[in-house]
Amino acid sequence: MSIDLTVIWAFIIAFAVFAYVVMDGFDLGIGILFNRFPVGPERDTAMNSIAPVWDGNETWLVLGGGGLLAAFPLAYAVVLPALYAPLVAMLLALVFRGVAFEFRWRDPAHRQAWDVAFQGGSFVAAFMQGVALGALLQGITVEGRAYAGGWWEWLSPFSLLTGLSVVAGYALLGACWLILKTEAGLQARARALAGWLGPLTLAAVAAVSLATPFLETAYFERWLTWPSILWVAPVPILVALSSLLFWRSLKRGDEGLPFVLTLFIFFLCFTGLGISMWPYIVPESITIWDAATTRSGQIFMLVGAAITVPLILGYTGWAYWVFRGKVKADGYHG
Amino acid sequence: MFDTFDALLLARIQFAFTVSFHFLFPAITIGLASYLAVLEGLWLKTGKSVYMDLFRYWVKIFAVVFAMGVVSGIVMSYQFGTNWAVFSDKAGPIIGPLMAYEVLTAFFLEAGFLGVMLFGMNRVGKRLHFTATLMVALGTFISAFWILSVNSWMQTPTGFAINEVGQFVPAGSWLDIIFNPSFPYRLAHTMTAAYLTTAFIVGAVGAWHLLKDHETVAARKMFSMALWMAAIVAPLQIVLGDMHGLNTLEHQPVKVMAMEGHYQSHTEGAPLILFGIPNSAQGRVDYAIEIPKASSLILKHDMHAPLAGLDSVPVDERPPVAIVFWSFRVMVGLGILMAVLGLFSLWARWRGTLYTSKLLHRFALVMGPSGLIAVLAGWITTEVGRQPWTIHGLLRTAQSASPLDAPAVAASLVAFVIVYFTVFGAGVVYILKLMAKPPHSGEAGMPNIPVRSAGITPASALEGAAA
Repeated sequence: MSIDLTVIWAFIIAFAVFAYVVMDGFDLGIGILFNRFPVGPERDTAMNSIAPVWDGNETWLVLGGGGLLAAFPLAYAVVLPALYAPLVAMLLALVFRGVAFEFRWRDPAHRQAWDVAFQGGSFVAAFMQGVALGALLQGITVEGRAYAGGWWEWLSPFSLLTGLSVVAGYALLGACWLILKTEAGLQARARALAGWLGPLTLAAVAAVSLATPFLETAYFERWLTWPSILWVAPVPILVALSSLLFWRSLKRGDEGLPFVLTLFIFFLCFTGLGISMWPYIVPESITIWDAATTRSGQIFMLVGAAITVPLILGYTGWAYWVFRGKVKADGYHG
Repeated sequence: MFDTFDALLLARIQFAFTVSFHFLFPAITIGLASYLAVLEGLWLKTGKSVYMDLFRYWVKIFAVVFAMGVVSGIVMSYQFGTNWAVFSDKAGPIIGPLMAYEVLTAFFLEAGFLGVMLFGMNRVGKRLHFTATLMVALGTFISAFWILSVNSWMQTPTGFAINEVGQFVPAGSWLDIIFNPSFPYRLAHTMTAAYLTTAFIVGAVGAWHLLKDHETVAARKMFSMALWMAAIVAPLQIVLGDMHGLNTLEHQPVKVMAMEGHYQSHTEGAPLILFGIPNSAQGRVDYAIEIPKASSLILKHDMHAPLAGLDSVPVDERPPVAIVFWSFRVMVGLGILMAVLGLFSLWARWRGTLYTSKLLHRFALVMGPSGLIAVLAGWITTEVGRQPWTIHGLLRTAQSASPLDAPAVAASLVAFVIVYFTVFGAGVVYILKLMAKPPHSGEAGMPNIPVRSAGITPASALEGAAA
């Protein structure tokens, strides 16, 4: 029996995408909430809490994009033109946001403008990622080996809903990160934000979850018909349980648990997404095996990935470990 | 038909615009990373503080340039799919894994050593810090290695087969793909170009400060080092360029015809056209100034060797001649000027006027951006010269593009132009401000503020904690 390298690569790409979503998610979230923090120490602290890690977080996006081209070239070739406008907007927003990070400190005279760029860039990047997700889920017109829809096909009520959901979810992650990493006034502010962002995110998750089965019959059969429902039911049940726990821990004044539970809810949503799509990489038209690169390429890349990815993960873990604890306006150090 | 042509042309302009912007940053960081390694190595060896002052001076500039390279690189990694979907589908099984290696290398470099290099001096000790600097230099080289391998494969594809759905797939060993025929020459020529680009920037900054005060010790040192590079490497680059050109003649003769402006075939020795105005409609170069038989002498090392012209190639397989013809002359012209500056500096050095000759300093100042311009001109020569193909002789550019509507590409192109000029314009202004300050003894290191390119290394906080 030979190992199915295509499945392994599907999981590697999924892992890269999930790593990106949760890691860049919380720092984009802080950008989305940026004008909620008063100018001065609170705003500086919010930014300092992500300063050392956000860049590494974003690099997973390159790994996701480059990895998709390398491992599933057909999917890359079909999905990216279909999501043209949202992706270009996302990339430009990330450029703006990335340099705003630096120029905010280097160019204090224009701090206000760079703050707006930081918040606007974060919002647009998050929103467009959500739109892209919705557009992929609702289906892409494919003919032969190419995208065959127009340049507005991605736009629908559903994709706008997923766009706003991702914005809410990232903002919640950002607020919970600040509860974990800050103290006093900023922490209280973040807790208040999480108090309404939590319910908002859950409402968004519920709305997306309820709409999804009606997009494609395959989704419906997988989620809402017997006996398949038995296998997938734990996902929504766990979401509900985690939400209750999240609410209790937020009200109880826990500092770390709300962030962990939000991450877990993200993981469940991501799992749900996988359940809907599997084994398709472009829903209902291209499976992972249709799109996979050659076995020779899979093996060649696996060697590189097996060496570097653990090193990268180790490094990332170390960085987060070093920066554990509370952050202040002038950075992680006194 | 008209619409598809428009969308194609817009997509080509967008790719050319974004890749040209992107290419400038690595062209600097590749050379600068090595320069920093040399400076730190000399500091460790000699203990002279001027080397550390220069290291600290240039590392600040390196950080900003590297950041812009990373940001503009993220865009590139998506643009193959958004705008060149058919190419991505067909060539993906070959170029995808090579690009994945580039990403993994860059990722590892960024995550690993850059932060230590930028912030870690007080924390990790001299030896480990020097190792980090060397690794950053090595990492920029490895990144360039993979990307140039991809590009060379598109120019001289080898080691592939075509599968039942029309994809290019590896036929045997990956080594045949990676080390395709034009790769060693392109790698050598491009890496040397990157070193020269940095040398001329460093030389111009040194010249600027010498013009204001020729006693500045660090300015003297950087100027001297840069002009040694110019004197030694610029002539070497001309040799490497010649070898690369002969390799192109062997594998992509049509590109050389366009570079030379050879519309007609010559059976008895082809002339070298120095200048003129290519006229593709008439199939000739107007107002040509030419040296009889010199082209055959250069390309074939025989004055009387026959040389085929574009008239031997079907019209729909010819590249746009004027762009290739001119960009090639810009590159060669600048290369010659670089060598002239190198010789001039040797003369001044011998006369003992290296640090006082205003003429030399002005010349070096003007030549500051020459490497960047030459790199772009060379890139345009090789890329436009490959047209009308994306994969030479096998896949046409017109058949590589995504099925996008022209308004979508037009809108994104405008957005890219506005954002790039705003954002990278601000970055360039910031770099010029750094360069305008003279390096002084006891030069400060990196300011302890968030830096995009600092990677995820916690060294900045460690440094701050130690301070």
